[in-house]
Amino acid sequence: MRRVNFDHLSCSPLLPEAREAMLPFLSEDMGNPLSRHFLGEKPAKALEEARAHVANLLGASTEEIIFTSCGSESNNLAIKGVAYSYKKKGKHIIGSPIEHHSVIHPLKTLEKQGFEISWLRVDSKGNVNPEEVASLIKKDTILITITSASNEIGTLEPIIEIGEIARRNGVIFHTDAVACAGLMEIDVRKLNVDLLSIAGNVFYGPLGTGALYIKKGIRILPLIEGGIQEKGIRAGTPNIAGLIGMGVAARIAKEKLTQRKDFLIHLRDYLIDGVLNNIPDSFLTGERSNRLPNHASFCIKFIEGESILLHLSFSGIAGTSGSTCSSEALKVSHVLEAIGIDPFWAQGSVTFTLGIDNSSEDVELLLKELPKAVDKLRSLSPFGRRSRGIVRE
Amino acid sequence: MGEGHQFNQYSQKVIDHFTNPRNVGEMEDADGIGEVGNPVCGDMMQLFIKVKNGRIEDTKFKTFGCCAAIATSSMITELIKGRTLSELKEITNKVVTEALDGLPKVKLHCSVLAEDALKAALKDYYRKQKKEGENEAS
Repeated sequence: MRRVNFDHLSCSPLLPEAREAMLPFLSEDMGNPLSRHFLGEKPAKALEEARAHVANLLGASTEEIIFTSCGSESNNLAIKGVAYSYKKKGKHIIGSPIEHHSVIHPLKTLEKQGFEISWLRVDSKGNVNPEEVASLIKKDTILITITSASNEIGTLEPIIEIGEIARRNGVIFHTDAVACAGLMEIDVRKLNVDLLSIAGNVFYGPLGTGALYIKKGIRILPLIEGGIQEKGIRAGTPNIAGLIGMGVAARIAKEKLTQRKDFLIHLRDYLIDGVLNNIPDSFLTGERSNRLPNHASFCIKFIEGESILLHLSFSGIAGTSGSTCSSEALKVSHVLEAIGIDPFWAQGSVTFTLGIDNSSEDVELLLKELPKAVDKLRSLSPFGRRSRGIVRE
Repeated sequence: MGEGHQFNQYSQKVIDHFTNPRNVGEMEDADGIGEVGNPVCGDMMQLFIKVKNGRIEDTKFKTFGCCAAIATSSMITELIKGRTLSELKEITNKVVTEALDGLPKVKLHCSVLAEDALKAALKDYYRKQKKEGENEAS
């Protein structure tokens, strides 16, 4: 059966070049970069090369890149690291309600510890308003954290404008750019960000790799204490092979950025138009054009997301959903809630994230299988226009 | 999203009832209709029963919900068809879950929907019976 991955934000394939670069460090060149003997030499050199590639992808200098184990760790390190380091200066933080859980949860933890969190509003397409950010800044504001793009609805946020506001007011600015890295041009100097989180797998590096850009001069308290790895900001033996793979993936992502972006936008638009034209009673979530090049998210009325995903999975298509039943926590997506989607429609959420391994044939398969799944589930549903049961408009 | 799906945790029987649900539909002349919602996840089930000589002669369902909700709905219609009304007390959510070879722990609440729909359909049936009896008497 043809296997189509439309869930790249969860897992993208590893680039062959990255895998090749990793292999020696899982066999003959395996060693600890901190060692003061011959076994540490090659890994130490390769790790610094990887750091240079990641720095180059972000327009940063190498000493501003801290390697982590994933995007979630980068987000936690940025937010808690700044909060604990600057708490004497102030305890006020501004965040958005459409952040990833790895931002939302640390903010809620800090709230319990006595920090004050101001939650921004977002419009129905998921846009943060920079003016509102400016209006919330107080004397004791130490951090603003806003995602570059929500992984659930794909809307691109006005990071440059918010960065300028943060800079003007002398407030530290962090952005979770996990969903963006390798897809959108990122230049930390132009963006005026002080901290920026990325994860290697999103640009076809290995799973379980991440990095945090920390602008020179920003103080961070570590979450993991121990040795002097990563300048003491992130102690512990790093995932050498993985980070080397991420470095290679970062180098190639930089080289192929425009080419990949154009390819993905074309495919994304084909998918979005196809779904909206072929599935009655469905709508797009997030912005139509100002969204991640690889991101398409919908609500399909009268049916439930997990059921849709399962039918698609039987047809060899991988997607994801923000419905209550597709989450282990049994909670509907907080992002769909924040943009004001009726909780009933949110149950029919499906999200597809495309990648360079996809083709128009993959989209065609989806456009063939999705309507079938929807029809089948709607024939079971007590809701809907065709049902004599309950109608919800 | 991204908090894990249970696709691979479903039994073959659950998948079978999800992909080929039995007794789907609505009933024009139902003797009892149970309509219940699940406050946890917003799932919704309608269960129709036709009763003849104290037995469930026919039953149909419609369900809005996840795989577990659809599979338990389908299974309960199989379990109650042909049974006497007094036997229906035995059809609990536990019985339905076991008949499906179990459900993932996080999905157990879905099986309550089916049991509640059955209770509601029976309640509706007895209410209608009582009303008919009263009409006949008067």
